[in-house]
Amino acid sequence: MDRIDLSALALHLALLSLMAIGGVNVIVPDIQRYLVEANHWMSAKQFAELFALGQAAPGPNVIFLTLVGWHLAGWSGATVATLASVCPPFLLTLGATRFHAQNPDAPLSRAIRGGLGPITIGLTLSTGWILARSADHDWRGAALTLATVALMLRTKLNPIWLIAAGAVAGITGIV
Amino acid sequence: MPQSHVDNLAAPGPLKVGPLQLFLAFSQLALSGFGGVLPWAQRTLVENKGWLTQREFVETLALGQLLPGPNIGNVSVMVGFRFAGYAGAAAAFAGLVTGPFLLMIAAGVLYQSYGNLTLVQQALSGMSSVAAGLVLATGVKMTASLKRHWRPWLFVVLALAGVGALRWPFLAVVGGLAPFAIAAAWREQA
Repeated sequence: MDRIDLSALALHLALLSLMAIGGVNVIVPDIQRYLVEANHWMSAKQFAELFALGQAAPGPNVIFLTLVGWHLAGWSGATVATLASVCPPFLLTLGATRFHAQNPDAPLSRAIRGGLGPITIGLTLSTGWILARSADHDWRGAALTLATVALMLRTKLNPIWLIAAGAVAGITGIV
Repeated sequence: MPQSHVDNLAAPGPLKVGPLQLFLAFSQLALSGFGGVLPWAQRTLVENKGWLTQREFVETLALGQLLPGPNIGNVSVMVGFRFAGYAGAAAAFAGLVTGPFLLMIAAGVLYQSYGNLTLVQQALSGMSSVAAGLVLATGVKMTASLKRHWRPWLFVVLALAGVGALRWPFLAVVGGLAPFAIAAAWREQA
């Protein structure tokens, strides 16, 4: 495992956080690429597991980066990763709110929203794709992922029950 | 500047809500939000506290989705600012993040101590497969907002191919696609 450079991590997360329009899932592929492929700070499997733990916990999804930071470097890692990923959007939103800088009905705002919408969807699907590739070791894992998709689309089940079912399926050896 | 939704959102409401109340309310809704905070935010802010009307909540959320960061985080900033200025925005946002932060530390401690046990490994393996499915389903649900036209779908596929399949850097893919996507959306409405 390569040495962990917290300031480089902070800068990377801070830059990405400003592009997380629609939430953290949009930037998860690049965070994974940075941590796993570029720096070898954790394995793809560990990343998928930490992401799953973050999904199981309450709170905004971005908080799974706290867990990533903790895993990398304890308290300092958790604090740095959290602040780097939540502070830039916080300040930007505060600025936009304070100065009324955005009008949701202006033509340019609508064009930006309309144009970025499909890209946001492609990035969200990329996150699911990358997580599935590191989480699903064989057809049974893939089947569990697909069953989750089907249940989410067809029912109003709270996702926490599906995560719990996934844990049970893992313990009982179904996947 | 003409009166708009944004002006209404930033204008102080008739209610007096202080930073401490904001911190506590957002802490509570963040920690209740297993499997997604938004439904709890709506329940707490609109139905229980009556700080926002249903319409104000939807408009705040719509604006929050335009900005980077967690949507609920942006909602907390706007609601906090409306009631108690900068202190309110900071208090609401801190409330949203602090509880989950401590919870994640606890999860991290457990993961490091027990993450290698066979039983935990098996549970995590199943949970990871489900978590991947949850994200995929969110993406699929979002496609309902797309127009019935090939162009938005082209950008979905290009973003998925570049970032998901080819693993190109996010900045290169988004930087390359966004200008064309925005220009296309601009021309469509003109």
